[in-house]
Amino acid sequence: MQRYSFLNILGKSLGYHKGWQRAWRDPEPKPAYDVIIIGGGGHGLATAYYLAKEHGITNVAILEKGWIGGGNTGRNTTVVRSNYLWDDSSAIYEHSMKLWEGLTQELNYNLMFSQRGLCFLAHSEHEMQEIQRRGNAIHLNGIENEFLTPGQVKEMIPEINIDCRYPVMGALLQKRAGTARHDAVAWGYARAADSLGVDIIQNCEVTGFDIQGGRVMGVKTTRGDIRSNRVGVVAAGHTSVVMQKAGVEMPLESVPLQALVSEPIKPVIDCVLMSNGIHVYVSQSDKGELVVGAGTDPQNSYSQRGGLDAVDHVIGPLIELMPIFSRLRMMRQWAGIVDISPDRSPIISHTEVDGLYVNSGWGTGGFKATPGSGNVFAASLAQDALHTIAKPFSLDRFTSGRLVDEAAAAAAAH
Amino acid sequence: MAQVNRVTGKGRVNRSKPVSFTFNGKSYQGYEGDTLASALLANNVKLLGRSFKYHRPRGVYTAGSDEPSGLVQLETGAYTEPNTRATMIELYEGLSAASQNCWPSVRWDVGEVNNLGSRLIPSGFYYKTFMWPASWWESVYEKAIRHSAGLGKCPEENDPDVYEHRHVHCDVLVVGMGPAGLSAALNAGRSGARVIVLDENAEAGGSLLTTGEDIDSKPADQWIADTLAELDAMEEVTVLTRTTASAYYDHNYITAPERVTNHFGPRQQGVRERFWKIRAAQVVLATGAHERPPVFAENDRPGIMMASALRTYVNQYGVLPGKQVVIFTNNNSAYAAAIDAKDAGAEVTIVDTRPSPSGPAFEAAKAKGIHIDEGYGIVATKGKHGVKGCEIAPLSNDGRSVSGKSILIPCDAIGVSAGWNPSVHMWSQARGKVAWDPAVACFKPDFCQQKVRAAGSCNGTFDLAGCLAEGAEAGVAAARDAGFDGIAKAPVAAAEEAFDLRPIYYVPSRRPVGEGKKAFHDHQNDVTAADIHLAHREGFISVEHLKRYTTTGMATDQGKMSNVNALAIMADLRGDTIPGVGTTTFRPPYTPTTFGAMAGQSAGELFHFTQKTPMWDWHAANGAVMEAMGDYLRPLAYARPGESTKAAENREVKMVRQSVGVYDASTLGKIDVRGPDATQFLNLVYTNAWDKLKVGRAKYGFMLNERGMVYDDGVTTKLGENHYHMTTTTGNAAAVLAWLEDWLQVEWPDLDVHLTNVAEQWAVCSLAGPNARKVLEKLTSLDVSAGAFPFMTMKEGKVAGVDARILRVSFTGESSFEINVPARYGQYVWEQIMEAGREFDIIPFGTEALHILRAERGFVVVGQDTDGTVTPMDLGMGWIVSKNKGDFIGKRGFDAPEVARGGRKQLVGLLTDKRDYVIPHGSHLVEMATQAPPVKTVGWVCSTYWSETLGRSIALALVEDGRARIGQSLTVRNINGDAEKVTLTDPVFYDAKGERAHA
Amino acid sequence: MIQVDCPFCGKRNLTEFTYGGEAHIARPENIAEISDAEFARYLFTRKNPKGTHQERWNHAMGCRRWFNAVRHTVTDQFWATYKVGETAPLPPAGWDGVLSKSEFEATTETGAK
Repeated sequence: MQRYSFLNILGKSLGYHKGWQRAWRDPEPKPAYDVIIIGGGGHGLATAYYLAKEHGITNVAILEKGWIGGGNTGRNTTVVRSNYLWDDSSAIYEHSMKLWEGLTQELNYNLMFSQRGLCFLAHSEHEMQEIQRRGNAIHLNGIENEFLTPGQVKEMIPEINIDCRYPVMGALLQKRAGTARHDAVAWGYARAADSLGVDIIQNCEVTGFDIQGGRVMGVKTTRGDIRSNRVGVVAAGHTSVVMQKAGVEMPLESVPLQALVSEPIKPVIDCVLMSNGIHVYVSQSDKGELVVGAGTDPQNSYSQRGGLDAVDHVIGPLIELMPIFSRLRMMRQWAGIVDISPDRSPIISHTEVDGLYVNSGWGTGGFKATPGSGNVFAASLAQDALHTIAKPFSLDRFTSGRLVDEAAAAAAAH
Repeated sequence: MAQVNRVTGKGRVNRSKPVSFTFNGKSYQGYEGDTLASALLANNVKLLGRSFKYHRPRGVYTAGSDEPSGLVQLETGAYTEPNTRATMIELYEGLSAASQNCWPSVRWDVGEVNNLGSRLIPSGFYYKTFMWPASWWESVYEKAIRHSAGLGKCPEENDPDVYEHRHVHCDVLVVGMGPAGLSAALNAGRSGARVIVLDENAEAGGSLLTTGEDIDSKPADQWIADTLAELDAMEEVTVLTRTTASAYYDHNYITAPERVTNHFGPRQQGVRERFWKIRAAQVVLATGAHERPPVFAENDRPGIMMASALRTYVNQYGVLPGKQVVIFTNNNSAYAAAIDAKDAGAEVTIVDTRPSPSGPAFEAAKAKGIHIDEGYGIVATKGKHGVKGCEIAPLSNDGRSVSGKSILIPCDAIGVSAGWNPSVHMWSQARGKVAWDPAVACFKPDFCQQKVRAAGSCNGTFDLAGCLAEGAEAGVAAARDAGFDGIAKAPVAAAEEAFDLRPIYYVPSRRPVGEGKKAFHDHQNDVTAADIHLAHREGFISVEHLKRYTTTGMATDQGKMSNVNALAIMADLRGDTIPGVGTTTFRPPYTPTTFGAMAGQSAGELFHFTQKTPMWDWHAANGAVMEAMGDYLRPLAYARPGESTKAAENREVKMVRQSVGVYDASTLGKIDVRGPDATQFLNLVYTNAWDKLKVGRAKYGFMLNERGMVYDDGVTTKLGENHYHMTTTTGNAAAVLAWLEDWLQVEWPDLDVHLTNVAEQWAVCSLAGPNARKVLEKLTSLDVSAGAFPFMTMKEGKVAGVDARILRVSFTGESSFEINVPARYGQYVWEQIMEAGREFDIIPFGTEALHILRAERGFVVVGQDTDGTVTPMDLGMGWIVSKNKGDFIGKRGFDAPEVARGGRKQLVGLLTDKRDYVIPHGSHLVEMATQAPPVKTVGWVCSTYWSETLGRSIALALVEDGRARIGQSLTVRNINGDAEKVTLTDPVFYDAKGERAHA
Repeated sequence: MIQVDCPFCGKRNLTEFTYGGEAHIARPENIAEISDAEFARYLFTRKNPKGTHQERWNHAMGCRRWFNAVRHTVTDQFWATYKVGETAPLPPAGWDGVLSKSEFEATTETGAK
């Protein structure tokens, strides 16, 4: 792997940058692999990287129907955090967070991981109770976070309007949370995995599975049949579609998740601001754009495009919280297809087909989990048994009733 | 030196109306009808700002909304707007604008050092460096990057302006008022269809304002005026200028922000922008085309612009951007610019990459005495803050290399053209596909699933007669498909010469790409041909990787100018065709859209409506501290002057226990359930049995979800044989009704039951306390004695002279009467209660006191003591689950292994060792008192209060195997570092036998 | 923003409706007897197809009626909406999600003429 460094840029600049090599190869698929990963997004690429690096399994192919990082990896709002309520969630997101810290150096690729802090607002008595319960749970799980008073929120973000229709009553701050450059995550993992021998095969769509006696033997693709008795499906948004080809029905629904950015401006907000109560979250990219997360469209859809209503529902709250943004302009809106599980927690699981594993259901929050998800999924594939952190997220939970219900925890009534 | 570049006798600006403005603090004059760009050019100001990355001097490149580089910070203070395109700012008296991304000034910019070191910062350089030392990324490197990135500045004050939305339907929406759009609108309008036609510019006419061609044997101006007059006279036609169709969503839903007062400057009365939301049966896109620049060395100096823009400045604004003009082209369309510049008094040279151009335009230019360098390309340009000259050289036959000696041409303006890109953005947003047409070297609209047509140059039809004809056809066809018949009548114009374009995207220079001078294709994000070569070299060859790696097309113009050139250069490197490399999907909006306009009226006080109970005015006048619950604001407590909210809550609790209080329970959901199968329905949705309930009696019930988890609760009263009054929680009211309707309509349509939402029909005064009965007796003639009116029964009669339903239920644990009256009498009855209660020192109490009172009694609040993972058994309320009746929603869920197992989290009471330690809400319980985190928790505190009644703190918690642990102790832990001992108890702290409520 | 054709009220904006997910998932008659796996399938497993989807909608801000729809999940085009209890009007196999049922029928009629 060609080392990236300032000195190397300096050196290459003398040769007009003609000395740079491909970041990853463009190999033809081999007839067989030890492990096949279906889906060249961040999670799939990370899985392959950790298979090679931590488990010595380098004869691995990633099959990507389009171009790597082209799904939700390249369409999300880049938020990284680990402030989840349940212990099982804490475990996987914090595992991920620890991998993020140091990943730039490990991959020798600047992921622009920026731990600028995430401020999660509460706007009612009920939301205050929710963040208190969660903040304490996170703390007792050994993850640092703190409560802020409205005054402290105002100190952090002087432009915020705390006396709005749903006044800011407090906030939960995770200082280690922040953002990362989404595309770089895909490219950094791809380059590192490739250098360890992993074949990244783009424009290769899986059209079917070879399953014999309940065991996966390989896959059929638009670039020919490829054998392997260990296959991991990491095809966020399209998991149901791929798994159907293996005859496995999933507890998933695919919906478009929307986001938008403003025109670039000089730095104006230095943390990730998040409000479930009035529903908006916003941060500023290093390029200067305000990155605003909107909600999902209600209906199942595979169209990677946004409607107006989800955006409508987020602009009002944005202006309500940050009135100084009113004269700024939306530059682009888009959508990615996320697959939502019944309890809003991921599915990392073996399936009814031996050797066929699935990693999906990350819903609206998959980006932050990229390293952790890839890491435990790689371990599960390597050992043909679910990693301890992955176990609570297996498909079995839907039969047993042991859900990891992040959705229910935030619900309001009384 | 005022307006040195103004040409007499040309342009549409109003010379009798001079307009003063300032740019970078210096005063200038322009005329009414100018844009900021034309006025600055008139004053020979070409340097507008500094580029994003290399801080290179930049000026305007276009005369329209596709402008990538001529961006300014408009106005100051609360009215400031960053990144505003000078080409779209209409000049108004007193306008003030400033350059962006430069310090200390636009001429002497420290950031220019980036340009000197530009070889070290090619595309994606930041991925390869700033990694050492790791801790410097956030403390040093990222700070520096963020500081140097961004363009303009965000306002520091809140926006004083207001915005509005307008929702409309129409039969035909025509986007664009150039020749094709006007022709379409005219023809659609004549059919009688309801038509909206809009254009982003201040004036209708599009290209005609520049070209001035005759139509229907009339001068363009006259034809435009006549057409607008005819459209104005049509009752069903709406004409909107300054209105940009910004986004095209599914099912022909188009948004279009209108600049209502922007062009008058700041501090206007009324709305600043109006955001149109249009549902159109049919759409005609006549959005025109953008001229495409060639990519050549040093093509970014101020003074270099599109040939068509140069012509627009001359003809529409009467501004000649330079005295010595070079027109650099590969097609015939730019010759008109050369001729018009010559006519305006410039010395003009044409540099044509075609080896032997010919035809009428060529002949006309020659006849004007314009020198034409045939088969030449510009290989370099000169000038520091603006172009001063260009170096041209003959090109090889294939156009891929330089084949002879250079000639230096002094010039102060260059107009460039490498062809035209139809503006397919809206088409693409509509999910339309585009197809490459090699004959005119551009992407044209292909199939689209929506009800949309493209006409004119946005459809790849570039001659005027063709545009008019296509517009007419599209207008009539759209109207016909919307149900209005008409016959197309196209306005007539003279035939025109074809462009005869010889495609060239990258113009070679003397040195290989990347070794010589920079050749930009994205003029805002500073992306050069060399960057595309680098991306290709490193494997970022798919169009999306190219975009993301180099940031090409990601600037505020969203690639209007750069996309095709970037694709072409990549196609060349890949040995593929342009469509082979692909296209990117254009995303909304077409041009950046003001957030304020998108929010519309939903700002400030109107951000979200406030639902109020009928007693709102009384609460507001009597010190109510409000809390938000869903759409409602409801009293949390009633603080007396000088009293803290906490003290008020305690006082309210004490008074309810000692005497009497009244609570406004109107916010609860209320559903009228009626029909022969109503009882059966309740049996299915509640866990308990309803068959034996007698008329006039009430029952508390849990609704569960199918997984057996508590979903909602409330009291339901039997009003008649087949008639019930159901209450739900406040926050869930709407959801519960929809959920019940779902079961009823979809799963059990054979049940004859009707649900009516009566939540706002009833005002509810909940009278509670040992003296509640005495107060009520003063207001009613009904016998409300304990014997005559037992617990959990209902009586109908007059209260304070108003028809009322009185229910004996209790959430406080005290003897209570829930008085339901028609909503309009709510405040009256409330006031009568307060009056009648005066002798008993009656107090109003809020939700917090209510919650403390119920916690003392061990009653749960759904949504606080439950979280969607709790069953009735977990709450110790197995008694509410009928064992004898048949199926109900949630019953099967109890059998799931995880739900059926022992040791689940169960509701218990907590008593702290320290009586006055009130556990912070959401604290957790651990067995290990002192272990540092991570430490396993066995439960969490869901309700925790100071109990004024008991003179100590109390709490409810959900604890693993909690009931078995009653009597044992655990430790409270939380983020504050608390480590306090608690003893687990029964959750009922007060009046365990429930005698007070029955009294 | 898509428009939904309520069989009782006509076409209205999406914002008036709530979505109810996959249609025709009947609550098992013998729900007490089915296995945990069958119960889980009833509660959680969804077809989630890329293409023709039968689904439920509620005209929450209108007539409050629940109804069914056939929609293409790539184009977001509705084939048709229909009342609860009515037989699902299904598009021809391989429907590309461009024309609705009424448009399709109008086209074939024109073709026949």
